[in-house]
Amino acid sequence: MPEIIVISGKGGTGKTSLTAAFAHLAADAVICDLDVDAPDLHLILQPENEVREDFFSGHEAVIDPAACNGCGVCAEVCRFGAVTNTAAGFAVDPVKCEGCKVCVHFCQAGAIGFPERHCGEWFLSRTRFGPMVHAQLFPGAENSGRLVALLRGKARERAKQTGRALILSDGAPGIGCPVISSLSGTDFAVLVTEPTPSGLHDLERVADLCRHFKIPAGVIVNKADLNPENTNGIRRWCGEALVEFLAALPYDPAVTEAMVRRQAVTEFHADGVSAEIRRVWRRIVDLGNQKAKAA
Amino acid sequence: MIVAIASGKGGTGKTTVAASLAWVWDRPVTAVDLDVEEPNLHLFLKPEISRRATAVMEVPVADESKCTYCRACSDLCQFKAISVLGSVLLTFPDMCHGCGGCMAVCPEKALSPGTRELGEISWGSAAGRIGFFMGRLRVGEAMSPPLMRAVIAKLEQTRKEAASDVIIDAPPGTSCPAVSAVLPSDLILLVTEPTPFGFHDFRLAHEAFSPLGKPMGAVINRAGLGDHSVQDYCRSRQLPILAEIPFERRLAEAYSRGQVLAEALPDMRKTFTELMDGLRSLAAASRQREVTAHA
Repeated sequence: MPEIIVISGKGGTGKTSLTAAFAHLAADAVICDLDVDAPDLHLILQPENEVREDFFSGHEAVIDPAACNGCGVCAEVCRFGAVTNTAAGFAVDPVKCEGCKVCVHFCQAGAIGFPERHCGEWFLSRTRFGPMVHAQLFPGAENSGRLVALLRGKARERAKQTGRALILSDGAPGIGCPVISSLSGTDFAVLVTEPTPSGLHDLERVADLCRHFKIPAGVIVNKADLNPENTNGIRRWCGEALVEFLAALPYDPAVTEAMVRRQAVTEFHADGVSAEIRRVWRRIVDLGNQKAKAA
Repeated sequence: MIVAIASGKGGTGKTTVAASLAWVWDRPVTAVDLDVEEPNLHLFLKPEISRRATAVMEVPVADESKCTYCRACSDLCQFKAISVLGSVLLTFPDMCHGCGGCMAVCPEKALSPGTRELGEISWGSAAGRIGFFMGRLRVGEAMSPPLMRAVIAKLEQTRKEAASDVIIDAPPGTSCPAVSAVLPSDLILLVTEPTPFGFHDFRLAHEAFSPLGKPMGAVINRAGLGDHSVQDYCRSRQLPILAEIPFERRLAEAYSRGQVLAEALPDMRKTFTELMDGLRSLAAASRQREVTAHA
């Protein structure tokens, strides 16, 4: 069963609008939003949540002021500057606490508790395009990588239960922890970029990351007509980097209009950019299937 | 004054705003790119880089000849970065958060400090008057906050020698990397676009950063696109809109050529100069509130 992910390096290149369109075009996918930090796909898919679960990950140190003897060892051993000596005694700043437990271990008064951290929640849902797995990390929370891994496991279970042939995921921007977590075991990565200096720079880094983890990838240039010269530059770069150039999509106001109406662009308007999206989706499914069969 | 430029959603124009704001700033200023996963500010400011340094994290190196397999290290480690299997001691440096706990608890001194490369810090100046710092995460490295802290530490060293205001280009999102980037700031500027995705993530970012108690303002980029939900929200939360950048093809094209808008377009120079004034008024108003609160 192929697992396909849409990522970009740079944010705002159109990952989610494209994923929504692909979800509409795919007849039998489990849809997964792996941008757990700032998820948007649900705004278009409008899921009905069937299961809602809390996500706990890691712990945080909490000093009990009544038990604290004020020795300050906690502040000395903390490498994250999370323990401060306030007017009310020593306290841990939850924003800076890494959850490493070192202060808890060295506190002679046994004054530091170490409760589990409630980092967010995840959902199994129904949408008009099929089953959906998604989540929301709480503001400022960490361990998005672990939540991504959990969602991917749930998506595979869901695909088996419902006999769906494909897992289609919307990824996070960047190249850090959540993106790395979303790539392991993926069959094909769709890299969405734009014809700007940032778009090319970030594409090179995210393509490097795919190579590092040996994930086959293809490139879509969005709003390609904004700067045809840069679009050609990206096409040439793909040739040199041995990454397939999948499509150059024109800027089409229908994309934003569809978003405002909470629709996938292919639902909203069959012509224009949607025709090109249908063509590239067929190619992506072929590539995903090839890789999944070879594995 | 340290201004952090942040957004929930990626690609809303953080870098565009950071570059133009640094360009018009009329006091000594340093522009700092803390979007270390995908740094882009240098593509626009085109700084001359005078120094580079490799940033590392301290991770344990095991001397197994001294290990008694007591498991003190693996019992403490919260990140599965060190484990004792029978009479084998294994370290997983990629998982390590650099808390130093294992080295501190080892009774045999079998663990000593080694390093893991996080990425590169480079610095210099742009246009002969804008100080410049950036971090660039090593491809394959999952954790960005440690590198961001290393960039800030370097920045603080130079600010001790010559005082300057600071403009931080933050990563997108609302989880730990985004929060780490805005923590050193006095003021947060949220950049968004008036679309359903832009608004949804803008609200998440506003909620994530509100507990930090820093004054916040908003910039609406691509104004005229989408709908009015961002403006309505800002009004209802008394979040000042300090600038609006219209949705116009000439701006998108200038950006696609790697231009600084405030340099290339006279009307944008005016917009960003007003934004600078607006930020100063916001900072002054917040200082005034603090004085009143203490009186």
